[in-house]
Amino acid sequence: MGSHGGFYQSKEFLDLVKSIGECRSKAEEDRIVLNEIETLKRRISEPDIPKRKMKEYIIRLVYVEMLGHDASFGYIHAVKMTHDDNLLVKRTGYLAVTLFLNEDHDLIILIVNTIQKDLKSDNYLVVCAALNAVCRLINEETIPAVLPQVVELLGHSKEAVRKKAVMALHRFYQRSPSSVSHLVSNFRKKLCDNDPGVMGATLCPLFDLITIDVNSYKDLVSSFVSILKQVTERRLPKTYDYHQMPAPFIQVKLLKILALLGSGDKHASESMYTVVGDLFRKCDSSSNIGNAVLYECICCVSCIYPNPKLLEAATDVISRFLKSDSHNLKYMGIDALGRLIKTNPEIAEQHQLAVIDCLEDSDDTLKRKTFELLYKMTKSSNVEVIVDRMIDYMISINDNHFKTEIASRCVELAEQFAPSNQWFIQTMNKVFEHAGDRVNIKVAHNLMRLIAEGFGEDDDTADSQLRSSAVESYLHILSEPKLPSVFLQVICWVLGEYGTADGKFSASYITGKLCDIAEAYSNDETMKAYAVTALMKVYAFEMVAGRRVDMLPECQSLIEELLVSHSTDLQQRAYELQAVIGLDAHAVECIMPSDASCEDIEVDKGLSFLNTYVQESLAKGAQPYIPESERSGMLNVSSSQNQYHHEASTHGLRFEAYELPKPVVQSRIPPTALASSSELVPVPEPLYSRESQQVASVTSVSDAGSSELKLRLDGVQKKWGRPTYPSPITTTTSNTTTQNTTNGVTQVDNLKTRDTYDSRKTPVEVCSEKQKLAASLFGGTSKTEKRPSSGGHRISKTAYASKSSDDISSVKAALVQPPPVQPPPDLLDLGESTATSSAPPVVDPFKQLEGLLDSAQDNSAVNYGATAAAKGPDIMSLYAETAAGMETSGIAYSTPTNRDDLLSGLSNPSTRSVPGGTTVTQPVQFSKGPNPKDSLEKDAMVRQMGVNPSSQNPNLFKDLLG
Amino acid sequence: MIHFVLLVTRQGKVRLTKWYSPYSQKERTKVIRELSGIILTRAPKLCNFVEWRGFKVVYKRYAGLYFCMCINRDDNELEILDIIHHYVEILDRYFGSVCELDLIFNFHKAYYILDEILIAGELQESSKRTVIRLIDVQDTIVEVAKEQASLVGNIIAQATK
Repeated sequence: MGSHGGFYQSKEFLDLVKSIGECRSKAEEDRIVLNEIETLKRRISEPDIPKRKMKEYIIRLVYVEMLGHDASFGYIHAVKMTHDDNLLVKRTGYLAVTLFLNEDHDLIILIVNTIQKDLKSDNYLVVCAALNAVCRLINEETIPAVLPQVVELLGHSKEAVRKKAVMALHRFYQRSPSSVSHLVSNFRKKLCDNDPGVMGATLCPLFDLITIDVNSYKDLVSSFVSILKQVTERRLPKTYDYHQMPAPFIQVKLLKILALLGSGDKHASESMYTVVGDLFRKCDSSSNIGNAVLYECICCVSCIYPNPKLLEAATDVISRFLKSDSHNLKYMGIDALGRLIKTNPEIAEQHQLAVIDCLEDSDDTLKRKTFELLYKMTKSSNVEVIVDRMIDYMISINDNHFKTEIASRCVELAEQFAPSNQWFIQTMNKVFEHAGDRVNIKVAHNLMRLIAEGFGEDDDTADSQLRSSAVESYLHILSEPKLPSVFLQVICWVLGEYGTADGKFSASYITGKLCDIAEAYSNDETMKAYAVTALMKVYAFEMVAGRRVDMLPECQSLIEELLVSHSTDLQQRAYELQAVIGLDAHAVECIMPSDASCEDIEVDKGLSFLNTYVQESLAKGAQPYIPESERSGMLNVSSSQNQYHHEASTHGLRFEAYELPKPVVQSRIPPTALASSSELVPVPEPLYSRESQQVASVTSVSDAGSSELKLRLDGVQKKWGRPTYPSPITTTTSNTTTQNTTNGVTQVDNLKTRDTYDSRKTPVEVCSEKQKLAASLFGGTSKTEKRPSSGGHRISKTAYASKSSDDISSVKAALVQPPPVQPPPDLLDLGESTATSSAPPVVDPFKQLEGLLDSAQDNSAVNYGATAAAKGPDIMSLYAETAAGMETSGIAYSTPTNRDDLLSGLSNPSTRSVPGGTTVTQPVQFSKGPNPKDSLEKDAMVRQMGVNPSSQNPNLFKDLLG
Repeated sequence: MIHFVLLVTRQGKVRLTKWYSPYSQKERTKVIRELSGIILTRAPKLCNFVEWRGFKVVYKRYAGLYFCMCINRDDNELEILDIIHHYVEILDRYFGSVCELDLIFNFHKAYYILDEILIAGELQESSKRTVIRLIDVQDTIVEVAKEQASLVGNIIAQATK
């Protein structure tokens, strides 16, 4: 064991290790280690310690530090050891400092000199040890000190040294890209190194470089392809084989690089097809490393310009992964699916049951990954199911990091796809309630703005209904014992602004609640500030309305308390409140106009109202104002900047530091982000950029009038439906997803999918609950949902026949919308949720308003369709939504009428699946809207379906049918 | 990129830590505690990956020892599993059927080997033989140095030429 030598272990040290190995508790271990630290402290500072002893002390220090204790007292001794001439001692010294010190440690400066010397050593092992330390310890400031030597070492005769020199340069590049920007060509040269190890190491820096600037490396595509080809043909030395695979780690790196180079570049991609195709065939899918390479192939295929054969191969591998028993492979399968649906939305549908299995798996990692996939495939037809599931999961976990992430995803999806404002507010309530402290404050502001702006158009009734329902729900929620403060801020603001607006609640009731909040959270100043301002608003509105203001005793005492508060902000607010109450109604109306939070406040930047005053002063002989820019000649004491420059120029000495070199963009950008940014049709990853981009395009065309982030029911699009390329797997007509958009509901169908999967055999037995979930998630066609549901069809028929839009939307709401604040709806069973919503529970404050809300939805439909057409599109939207909400789209869309309709939609040049025209053209389609003829066709079709129901899924909607 | 490598026993005792990204001593202790809490409690058949603080931790158990590596979200987990295995195979070949005791008493050796496989959080050498050869050369020098303990470094340098 110890025979490999080099280290005399004293009995002391062996005893230490042994006793630590034997101790039973952390406390015991700590005690032993603390003892050891004392001993070491004493020993290490003794004079004239023999090197061998010293080396052992240092190793013991490493051990102590590894166990989580502070060994900083010995760092300096480790640094001293690196100065030693004896390689053995030096190596120990280097090992210790690389483990002890971070690159920003003060002691680094003492090592740089040694490293410089060692890099010049004749002994290549000394050089290697020094290079190891370089990679760990050299920081931005010390790079120049060692850079020339490291570059020189690129030409060293030993490959181990060359390799480490390449890695060191890579490290420099990561630390400070500008420091080595002139040396980038060296990496290209090293790619041709005749040692495969050096070549493999060079791929690391090249990957980073290409991530940042793809275009400068396009010329290397053929080199990379030929290297990969040679690797797969086993041209590399046998020693690089790993589990019978030729140099798999190099293959993976190469595939990553090819994915970057091929993304958005048809020509480059074409040169990769053969070799990647070969890989798919050659990879051994029984070994882990084989699967690693296969997974990397899929990632590559999903990034480069699509090729039908490769996509097919990738799909095969994914299904193999998903069917595997290994959780690792399932995980990779889900991940790969998430990558591939960007280009090829329909493949997820094949695997929907596997996906749902993963969602319900006991393995948390797998579950999370599946949620990530769901997030990627959310569209307006399944947003409710997905977001509800996400929220349920969010409530159930404790991991704060993931909670935050899920919360922000819920918010993002809700903002993007919300079927109604109502739903949006409920969802937000839930998110805030359970993860309020974790969501971005911006989200809260957005919610306030949404409530304030409403639909942003001239439909005031809907807006006020939305507000009063929000007020009611908030008053209800306030009874909860503990709420996150961000959420309470929203509540306070809304109560202040709209609490008394509809006259349902008296001012004293609202103010009482606000005082309660201020009292309950008395140590939170922001909270109190919100509450006081809300109080002021309520009182102001009361006065404007001509009612007498009776301040509750608790309000009185609250304000008195705040008048002497230590916080000046709270004090000021309290004084303002007092002042406002003292004014007459007219003045108050000017100061606090009702519902004006969204009005623009015009700022007179020129201060023109001061003109007369200025004229008067000038007439009295005052000095005219000279703008700062024209005053440069004077030595102005207050403007130290000017003075400084003046001095600097006279003395010719510069005291300020040299300007920092302009840093190039940081290196670590995930390849996906880059890939998406360089694709022909960009699919921006970050939420906010996407949002703003769309908003911009919408406003430019349809003048929606809102330039801010808010709930958008207009440009709803499905995430899957934004293919990076027109996927060449199928012919254009059949593959392009056609959508018919009304009321912000995107009805999606994929004819090709249906054609393909109709022929597939039905699985022997699948749990019906899962099928339903699958249906509600995937919405589209699939093997499991081909069975038409008679209930659903008849519903739509009845609904249609009733011809009353109110009825329709209530049916719609019942059908599509799982009832709100109820205990988390059982999404697996649509039938049940419909049942409850048709017989609303009494406690639910939202439910009481259902009638009102329905018309609100109705109005939203008209507004957001941006069409003047009143009933026609509405009814159609109902149809669209019912159909999408149901799981029976398979049959629903297969009728010839509908197909004609869809195809005609396709011929419309503004269809958004035309590449390049995605977002901008969409509103055009909106404004065209559906015409009455279309809706008649739909009517006919619905009737037809209603008449011939197949009775295979009878119980799904039986409650609704009575 | 690999941010750190951890070797933890089933009982949560640390056998080796290597940090490629900056973590303060306090953070290190916290990370180790947090991760051993997550990883050691996972059932054997679940995936070898854990999402953690926006990173992913890939772990694999060999006898009583868990090898963990923390990587970026977009890295290839299966590849990391094999990097772990690659390291273990090299340890195995170096120590001759490696066991936990080897790592306990010769943890500095394990560090030297790791330094030849990973550098700055990237895989630098994927050939087992190259790594072993390099480590052996270093060991021989050490042997020589031991024999000629009285002589100084320039003789060592000559011995390698």
